[in-house]
Amino acid sequence: MYVKQISVFIENSPGKLADFTRLLGDNGIDLVSLSIADTTNFGILRGIVADYEKAVQIIESAGYTVCLTDVLAVTVPDKPGGLADILLLLSENEIAIEYLYSFVRNKGSNALIVFRVADIDKAQDILRAHHVNFLSQEEICNV
Amino acid sequence: MENIIFNPAAETLSRDEIHEIQSRELRDVTRRVYDNVPFYRKKMDALGVKPEDIKTAEDIKYLPFTEKSDLRDNYPFGLFAAPQEQIVRVHASSGTTGKPTVAGYTQYDLDMWAELMARSLSCAGVNKKSIVHVAYGYGLFTGGLGAHYGAERIGATVIPVSGGNTQRQLMLLKDFGATALACTPSYAMNLADAMEREGMDMSQLKLEAGVFGAEPWSEHMREQLETRLHIKAFDVYGLTEMMGPGVAMDCVERCGLHVWEDHFLPEIIDEDLQPLPRNTEGELVITTLTKQGMPLLRYRTHDLSSLDDRPCACGRTHVRMRRVKARTDDMLIIRGVNVFPSQIEHSLLKIPGIAPQYQIVVDRKGSLDTVEVQVELDRTLIGDTVRDLEALNKRIVGQLASDVLISCQVKLCQPGSLPRSEGKAKRVIDNRK
Ligand SMILES: [Zn+2]
Repeated sequence: MYVKQISVFIENSPGKLADFTRLLGDNGIDLVSLSIADTTNFGILRGIVADYEKAVQIIESAGYTVCLTDVLAVTVPDKPGGLADILLLLSENEIAIEYLYSFVRNKGSNALIVFRVADIDKAQDILRAHHVNFLSQEEICNV
Repeated sequence: MENIIFNPAAETLSRDEIHEIQSRELRDVTRRVYDNVPFYRKKMDALGVKPEDIKTAEDIKYLPFTEKSDLRDNYPFGLFAAPQEQIVRVHASSGTTGKPTVAGYTQYDLDMWAELMARSLSCAGVNKKSIVHVAYGYGLFTGGLGAHYGAERIGATVIPVSGGNTQRQLMLLKDFGATALACTPSYAMNLADAMEREGMDMSQLKLEAGVFGAEPWSEHMREQLETRLHIKAFDVYGLTEMMGPGVAMDCVERCGLHVWEDHFLPEIIDEDLQPLPRNTEGELVITTLTKQGMPLLRYRTHDLSSLDDRPCACGRTHVRMRRVKARTDDMLIIRGVNVFPSQIEHSLLKIPGIAPQYQIVVDRKGSLDTVEVQVELDRTLIGDTVRDLEALNKRIVGQLASDVLISCQVKLCQPGSLPRSEGKAKRVIDNRK
């Protein structure tokens, strides 16, 4: 159960991020999750939205560089070591994590973790075998 | 594409006939400038050359050169050879520094220009039935009115849109069904970008040919424009000092641009200003043979080219100049290495994930020249990790180091973020001066 994440290149200069978020706002696109990886020159904004096809079209026509990436989204039990267990499973099976970020939709609920790995199918099989709970695009967007 | 020769009598003269015309016209223009332009009289006197010393076209080597700075020094009308009451129009090109370069035309000159631009557009298949969308700027810039009167001379339908307002350009291209587009190559790229953004279907357009000029552009760019706009793209050469567009033009054979030799005498010279033989690269120098308003002797264009007068399969006999890929004064010297912006463009085109839009910023830190090449990304991101983009950055740096022999910083930019002018692309910013 993959989740489609949009990844957008944003120049690292004043106002660029604000411009981008305004574009989404003006078009009624709600970013459910958001993470930014940045260097001194540029940033890569990653986020999950409900209607990703429409979002890509709008972002692209506004002149941005964008792509869709398959990522996995899981819930992590709200107890100490919840995330560590998952990371351990992956590293024991030699699955490298490209990046990972977490977010919480509602107060007090489980943390959601989004991550991208090199071998997404293998990662999914292993985690599923250990009863890790996956979320679909709809589930994330309706949490 | 149909091969139409607009003026067969003139365009298929034998080489001997061309030589005879050039000799006669060179004698005539030398006499006219000596008698009417104090600047030339002084220069020729200093060299000890009299008009009667010029007998054949070969004698051009005795005549003085004209530099762009000579036009500036005689700004605005000092080099005009016809009295002001005979000058019916003035054009000017924006100089990179200060005052513009000015040219004056008599009615004879405008008629000649229309004829040569008609020959040029015909090379691109334009005929009476064609609809020519002119998106060159109209005004002091020669592009708009030059293409306009040439197309009218053929009897084509002219759409004088001028530059700017890209949305409106797209609408008119579609609604009026233009078959030929005349503009700068960078503006054509702009239009192609906009069409793709709008999701415009090229089959809605009737475009067959593009006539692009006023700035050097590469073969790669030609391929891009042809596939993106579904056209044949032709290179038209010209400069305000000579007349405007239509001094030389690509034919369907694509083996160089025919220079209209019954009106211009082209030469190639080396760095020591010595004439070079055919098919040898050097600086293009042009003498206007028939112009009345502002004839120029041996004008140094600073464009790099070579000349080839072997027969062309299109049937035209006029000498072909190789496409101008670089200008001697565009050349950057970076830490002692000669760099042409076009080399950087060629190098960038080899790398997927980026667009052929770039800008070079040269600066000096202490005694060291620094170069930053700013490159626009394609609209599809090639990878969404910092590592992916750093690898792309590194690849560009490596490609430039091996192709252009410079070490530089590369900055990745959002698509469309680098300045594009509706006239000419600004590729180089040199902050060292
Ligand atoms: Zn030809």
